[in-house]
Amino acid sequence: MDSIVSDEFLRQITAIGQVDVLVSVPTADNRHTIEHAVNAVQIGLAKYFPRERTALMNVDAQSRDGTPEIVREAAVRDFQSYLAPTPLRSSPIITASCHPSLGQAGALRLTLTAADLLRAKACAIVSPDVASLTPEWIDALLRPIYREGLDQLTPIYQRHRFAGLLVRNILAPVVGAVYGYEIEEPAPDEISFSGVLACHLLAQDVWQESFMRSGALMWLTTTALAGNFRVGQSFLGPKVFAARHFSPSLAETMQSAVGALFKSMEEHQAFWRQRTSSQAVPLFGFPVDVEIGSAHLNRKKMFEMFRSGANAISSILAEILSSPTLDAVLQAANTADDHCYFSDELWTKVVYEFAASYHRGVMNRDHLLQALIPVYRGRISSYLWENRGAHLEELRKRREVLHLEFERMKPYLIEKWFGET
Amino acid sequence: MGDLLFKSLTETMSRLSDMVASFLPRLIAMAIIIIAGAIVAWILKVVVRRILRLIKFDQLSETTGFTRLLTQSALPSPADLLARFVFWVAWFAFLLLGLNALGIEALNNEIGRFFDVLPQIFVAILILFVGVVIANFFGRATLLGAVNANAPSPRLLSSMVRFVIIALAVTMALERIGLGQGVVLMAFSIAFGAVMFGLALAFGLGGRDAARRLLEKRFLEDKKKDDDEGISQL
Repeated sequence: MDSIVSDEFLRQITAIGQVDVLVSVPTADNRHTIEHAVNAVQIGLAKYFPRERTALMNVDAQSRDGTPEIVREAAVRDFQSYLAPTPLRSSPIITASCHPSLGQAGALRLTLTAADLLRAKACAIVSPDVASLTPEWIDALLRPIYREGLDQLTPIYQRHRFAGLLVRNILAPVVGAVYGYEIEEPAPDEISFSGVLACHLLAQDVWQESFMRSGALMWLTTTALAGNFRVGQSFLGPKVFAARHFSPSLAETMQSAVGALFKSMEEHQAFWRQRTSSQAVPLFGFPVDVEIGSAHLNRKKMFEMFRSGANAISSILAEILSSPTLDAVLQAANTADDHCYFSDELWTKVVYEFAASYHRGVMNRDHLLQALIPVYRGRISSYLWENRGAHLEELRKRREVLHLEFERMKPYLIEKWFGET
Repeated sequence: MGDLLFKSLTETMSRLSDMVASFLPRLIAMAIIIIAGAIVAWILKVVVRRILRLIKFDQLSETTGFTRLLTQSALPSPADLLARFVFWVAWFAFLLLGLNALGIEALNNEIGRFFDVLPQIFVAILILFVGVVIANFFGRATLLGAVNANAPSPRLLSSMVRFVIIALAVTMALERIGLGQGVVLMAFSIAFGAVMFGLALAFGLGGRDAARRLLEKRFLEDKKKDDDEGISQL
């Protein structure tokens, strides 16, 4: 703890004393988008929490483009034009710095520390990479925590129907079936939580773990579920990334998101083994079913990469998957058509067997997660083929069917994970 | 003349029969020692394996991370590996004992020299073991990286990486036991240089267009992405 909390940081915290609401914006070379994000947060706090003691925090990963200076100078000159009252109190800006090698974990830990020391009742983290961030997001994220007594809130975004394929096909169904809570975005860029949950999270002994560098928010979500905290979801609206947004590769995303999920499952195995059903969580906000954005997905190329990849690494897959599952995967890969059919049942078995193999340590964990990529491409190419003309409502129904399949097959996961018959 | 020839032949036959008579029992003794040694080594292997399984040696090794290291390198479990090691050590000891029973002085001298370099042989075996572990690890990493990057011939790339690392380990191991130090090192350098030069020629002459396209794609198109990465996965 002492190594990441500087004297200057403590001095700022001491000068502020206590706050009701804290909003943190982690940055790393976000010169082009940070002013918009900070202004949106400042207006949101003034508009929706005019009487509360609020603070804005920036945790910067040693940006070299002057991001922290822009944050310090950012100020809204005219609140009236944004239909926001002039704040009764000024909202101080706390600036902190953490080493880039700490990744998400560094920013999250400093935010939790600030929330704990400032006795914040509600705290939110927002990404500076999102161009569609509005003051209303601050209200949507914080009000259910501050007023309704929830402990954690994950967002629901309005996006392109094929955006978030990894979330739809692995993260959300596994979290729903394993943890027993239907969460649409278990690894979000924006999240909010109560001061009580912040204290609980700070006390966990995971901060030196390597998976936390890129999977800290995934861990946050699952830890709240495993700790039986009150969780909810809030509809934020369209999510559009800034033009200069750095998009990680599929391999990096797989390592960070799925790696963090499997690691979290290990951390919480005593909890989820007992869960037998899933439940919906309270939803806040006003959902709008309008598709936004465009995508250029090359399904045929994806299928070809699945075909060549699965055959090339079949010996590695044989160490991870059971013989019947591997045979079915290879059969799908070697179909004579230009598309394959990857059923929900087969996909569920693949994901569960990968999770169990990750837990048993059958091979280097980074290698195991990389081995999932060719199979995932097969599943996605099948998903895109099956849903090529589907409307948003149809896609939602199919997602529910997949979630039910993951739930139905949970005993299979327990059998593979704990070695039970 | 005839008597002399007969006498000479008789003496030669007599000496030969004496030699055979004195050598044959030693040869039979050597065969018995080697066969018995193989049986004893096999029994030892079975016993060691059972004892290790009984005391759950594999599970104990898991806590040290040794099991994972072996599994990740596509090697057998620690108990199995140790049992196999015991078998080979025991059988090799009986083999040397059998050769010693022959009573051939030159052979005994060689065996004596062998025991002098035995510590170096153990170091060489260790180098080989570490080499195989590293080769398997990087071979698999190369295969997965190449497959996910949609690179051509991922298996060939992986095999090449594995081959180069194992060749390096073999070179180091042979150098350790003092076998043709200069020759082995030079052979490896020449072979490695030839492979690299061959690849450079193949890529430069045979794949000029491919190289140009690759460089253009890498630097001119500013990492334009399509296929599965044309949209946020999260």
